[in-house]
Amino acid sequence: MIAFACRLPRDGFTLDAAFEAGSGVTALFGPSGSGKSTVIRLFAGLERPEAGRIRIGDATLLDTAAGLCMAPHRRRIGLVFQDALLFPHLSVRANLTYGRFFAPARERRIAFDPVVEVLGIGHLLGRRPATLSGGERQRMAIGRALLTSPRLLLMDEPLAALDTERKHEILPFIELLRDAFGIPIIYVSHAVEEVARLATRVVRLEQGRVVASGSPAEVLAPASLAEASSRFDAVSVLAAPVSRFMPDYGVTLLDHPAGQIVVPGRIEAPGAVRVIIRATHVALSVGHPGHVSIRTVLRGRVVALETDAGPFALVTVRLEGGDRLRAYATRLATDALGLAVGDEVQALVKAVAIDAHDLAGARPAAD
Amino acid sequence: MLGLELSAEEWQAIGLSLRVAGVATLASLPPGILIALLLARGRFPGKVFLDALVHLPLVLPPVVTGYVLLVLFGRKGVLGAWFEANLGIVFSFRWTGAALACAVMGFPLMVRAIRLAIEAIDARLEAAAGTLGAAPIWALVTVTLPLALPGIIAGAVLCFAKALGEFGATITFVSNIPGETQTIPAAIYNATQVPGGEAGAFRLSIVAAMIALGALVASEWLARRSGSKARLG
Repeated sequence: MIAFACRLPRDGFTLDAAFEAGSGVTALFGPSGSGKSTVIRLFAGLERPEAGRIRIGDATLLDTAAGLCMAPHRRRIGLVFQDALLFPHLSVRANLTYGRFFAPARERRIAFDPVVEVLGIGHLLGRRPATLSGGERQRMAIGRALLTSPRLLLMDEPLAALDTERKHEILPFIELLRDAFGIPIIYVSHAVEEVARLATRVVRLEQGRVVASGSPAEVLAPASLAEASSRFDAVSVLAAPVSRFMPDYGVTLLDHPAGQIVVPGRIEAPGAVRVIIRATHVALSVGHPGHVSIRTVLRGRVVALETDAGPFALVTVRLEGGDRLRAYATRLATDALGLAVGDEVQALVKAVAIDAHDLAGARPAAD
Repeated sequence: MLGLELSAEEWQAIGLSLRVAGVATLASLPPGILIALLLARGRFPGKVFLDALVHLPLVLPPVVTGYVLLVLFGRKGVLGAWFEANLGIVFSFRWTGAALACAVMGFPLMVRAIRLAIEAIDARLEAAAGTLGAAPIWALVTVTLPLALPGIIAGAVLCFAKALGEFGATITFVSNIPGETQTIPAAIYNATQVPGGEAGAFRLSIVAAMIALGALVASEWLARRSGSKARLG
């Protein structure tokens, strides 16, 4: 168990956050300037709080009340920076093994070969960091941190400096290492897809304070209409097992209790697949939608409908099976439909808006 | 042959100059790196004062620097007496004194070059080394110093070149004794003061130019070697 509680006044705001994290990926999510990176720096010991306590398992890294502050190099916390920060004067191999040299022999739980294999960097070992692409550098940085056999892996917007294609190249590796090495990860991001895809748990920070924490489905849903300005960041997370792949059309069908979800591409996964649906990509229909192009139609009931003087309405639909789906509509539309709490509705999701990369817990099959 | 053969005395001045400049440079390197580190990365009261003190010989008249050295490091000077009593090193009117004067004059140039090189290194690389388990001293040895190597080489060459050409402070502090403190510039000065000495002054000037040029080329080559590693790396 990881427990963090720190207070640190900064210019403009005071970080005063406390949260707990367990195994898997804990995402620190929030707008820029909300204090996410400060939390990371406090974990790594690059900054000292005014007051605070940080514990990982039975190791206390920081306890200002007891006057204890472990030096950064003794904390054994792996940190992956936004820009990889590889050592330019060392070869890729020497970069990877740099931290191994300092790790106490009995703590070296993570071996070189599996890391190189999982990250797919075997062919790069003899190169110099400057000759690597952005994605390769970031994989290298992850491997370098991993090979110190850290108690905890911190990733500070590791994909922010990469273009979309490179991001999609790295995300599967982060999922793999989450599942393969059993090291808890704290992942900072303001990209909702990354968080929804990777996180076991989400901690939402705003202005230096924790405003919500819990499962991605709970935390990433828009809490209120007041957040309509950030409506493009609001997502719902549904879980559904794969039903079958339709080779003629190149789509995969998922079996959700509320209806079939159509996803482009071929998906193979042993268990349930996480589908991330943006609240702006959901349309609502009272009664059967009739002849429309949308094939993903999910049955449910309106459990909340929030409006104000502005143009938007935020509708929460409780789908059959219990998942909650949020949808933004215009107030004009909800009034025209006469939508009210308790109404049965059909939620329509455009399959083309569901990117195959939005699916967590599954990797697109290589065919 | 063309009247360019060097006399025994001129050879002596050249050998002495190389020894003085070499010792001055090598002895300056450890404190030079340390002070460059302090100025580049340190945060402490009196930093401005230290900075000014290091740069002082650059702006003071060399004769003043030589005089200050004479007062401090002469046999009866506070520091001179201490060095003689405890380490057996005598500076006044010895080649060691010439090396000290050259070191003091070359020091600001050396510190400046190394400091700029250290400041150009992303401090987050050192933080990264720390999170990978490297104690600060290891981060220094494995990251900061290797990355600053081109600057360290440049600083050493600047110091060496300055030491070769140093005249005012040296002659004030340790005089102009052939075979002991008469470096190339002092020998050239001597030659210009005696009738018919122009040929000697000319020969020594050519030698001084050749040594300076050689040092520049060597440093460029070294910096390129270590620099290309860092850039490609």
